[in-house]
Amino acid sequence: MELTGLFFYLVSLLIMGGIYALLCLALNVQWGMGGLFNAGIAGFYGVGAYTSAILSTAASGRHLGGFSMPVPIGLVGAALVAGITGWAVARICVRLKSDYLAMASIGIAEILRLVFVNESWLTNGSLGVSRIPRPLSDFTTGRMSDVVFLGFVWVVVLLVYVATSRLYDSPWGRSLRAIRDNEASALAAGKNVEKYRIQTFVIGCAVMGVAGGLSAHYFRFLSPTATDPLLTTFLVWVMLMAGGSGNNRGAILGAVTIWTLWSVTEIFTNRLPPEWATRSSFIRMLLVGLLLQFVLQRFRSGLLPEKSPPVRFRND
Amino acid sequence: MSEFINFYLFPALTIGSIYALGAVGISMIFGILRFAHFAHGDLMTLGTYGILAAAALMPVNPLLLVPFGMALTVFAALFVDRFFYRPLRDLPTIYTVISSFGIALVFRSLIQLVWGSENQVLVAGVRPPLILFDTFRVSVLHLQAIVTTAVIAVLLHFFLTATRTGRSMRAVADDPELAEVSGLDTAKVVRWTWIIGAALAAVAGAFAALNTSAHPNLGWNLLLPMFAAAILGGIGKPMGAMAGGFIIGMAEELSSYHWIGDEALISPSYKTAVAFVIMISLLIFRPQGLFKGRLL
Repeated sequence: MELTGLFFYLVSLLIMGGIYALLCLALNVQWGMGGLFNAGIAGFYGVGAYTSAILSTAASGRHLGGFSMPVPIGLVGAALVAGITGWAVARICVRLKSDYLAMASIGIAEILRLVFVNESWLTNGSLGVSRIPRPLSDFTTGRMSDVVFLGFVWVVVLLVYVATSRLYDSPWGRSLRAIRDNEASALAAGKNVEKYRIQTFVIGCAVMGVAGGLSAHYFRFLSPTATDPLLTTFLVWVMLMAGGSGNNRGAILGAVTIWTLWSVTEIFTNRLPPEWATRSSFIRMLLVGLLLQFVLQRFRSGLLPEKSPPVRFRND
Repeated sequence: MSEFINFYLFPALTIGSIYALGAVGISMIFGILRFAHFAHGDLMTLGTYGILAAAALMPVNPLLLVPFGMALTVFAALFVDRFFYRPLRDLPTIYTVISSFGIALVFRSLIQLVWGSENQVLVAGVRPPLILFDTFRVSVLHLQAIVTTAVIAVLLHFFLTATRTGRSMRAVADDPELAEVSGLDTAKVVRWTWIIGAALAAVAGAFAALNTSAHPNLGWNLLLPMFAAAILGGIGKPMGAMAGGFIIGMAEELSSYHWIGDEALISPSYKTAVAFVIMISLLIFRPQGLFKGRLL
């Protein structure tokens, strides 16, 4: 019994770890490769979550929906809608310098959150969307569906990892890093800086949308509190910084490591005396905040530092 | 007409005062240290809880206890600058921005750890409004906030134009390299920037908590409108930030007045979005703000 409990704890840990790994890979495209400071991760995550939930749930009078589409189509929809939202945001904001882009993206995430809370015809407001299906739910029941879902999440992570790694090594990725490291010289070399940045932002947002969609299918229920900017945006930044920005494997490693730390400390803090146990989440938040300071000051390149691929010439 | 003044104009001016006081610090830090200080809202909250802690010991009007809040915010700001922001100063400023994100979280979780996360009120009970000229009903708090902010604006103007420290601060905000080669004491300027920004944040926190109630997200919820105010006024222009605060506060509150027909122009639930929309359109069309601030 102990062992099965531990096994299912591990499964749930790795499912959320996988979802955070996706967010981290997405942020790595935007920040690690493109140098774009997106502080509105929670907003795009929420857009993806609601899109996939609305596309895949059965008809309900309380919110837009009733399309009953299969989950993979819901996730593709999540990527599309989050990507289009990202495109609209990028068209407006991508020219802004880093600090200003941070403010603008937080503002947009806040506006999106207000939309989720207030437009109840679309999202059922704060009551949320329930009975969201899981993928392959016809074949599995009960707790085994968690295991199947774990596989599903990590297949998506693997696909995104392969795609983003290809992007990193491609001429496109090289131009992107050139822009990140020296905008003026990239511009002088004839790179269309704004176009590259918009593409980066859109790709990142689409992946964030997929992550959001997966979380909706995992919890089977979605309400605006799911897009709490704290847990999503902030943790993802800490994960990428600790894992090593610019390195896709670092992004995944950082996500899994920080998420494990975050979850396992919960076990310990829950054993504290009751008057402290209620405040345990604040202790964890405090520690994550301080961990970020440590990483920024002493450990800036992360667990797996960025390694640029070697330059090869045709006649080598 | 009197309905407009009583229920819209005075509350709008009060919100404007709170934004103005917070935005001064943001604008000066942005102008002098050249980064967007994302922990400023939570610094405000810290000031509020400092006052709350003092009020638990001394049952007097909480406005008299504001110095305790100021002491706490000034100490916190100087501490954080010394140990967390200064080591990153030689790197691209974006690292300091990320660090200030983390500090915001640290402040908030400390507040929740020490004082819990419930709503708390500074003054219990309802105070009757003042009635001026038989038609205008103004709450005492609103009047206090507006008058205090006006007094602070005058003092700040005096400080920035007539004292040596104030003038060096403006010089550093306008052109840091030139100020440095002219031999201005940059470290002192930085210290005073934090002291003034943090002290005003405590005042803003006090009024924000009196206006509604004290809770750990108080300052974070006000952060983006304050950024909007600082950008509207022009980065590095404290008086501009004051004006920007009032404009943003008015725009936010008055957007739900029934200007056309009987319906509110914008649903009050989207009130906070007004400030964000103003901020985003400013960033795109006029990032130097109304008063020609610095562009970073």
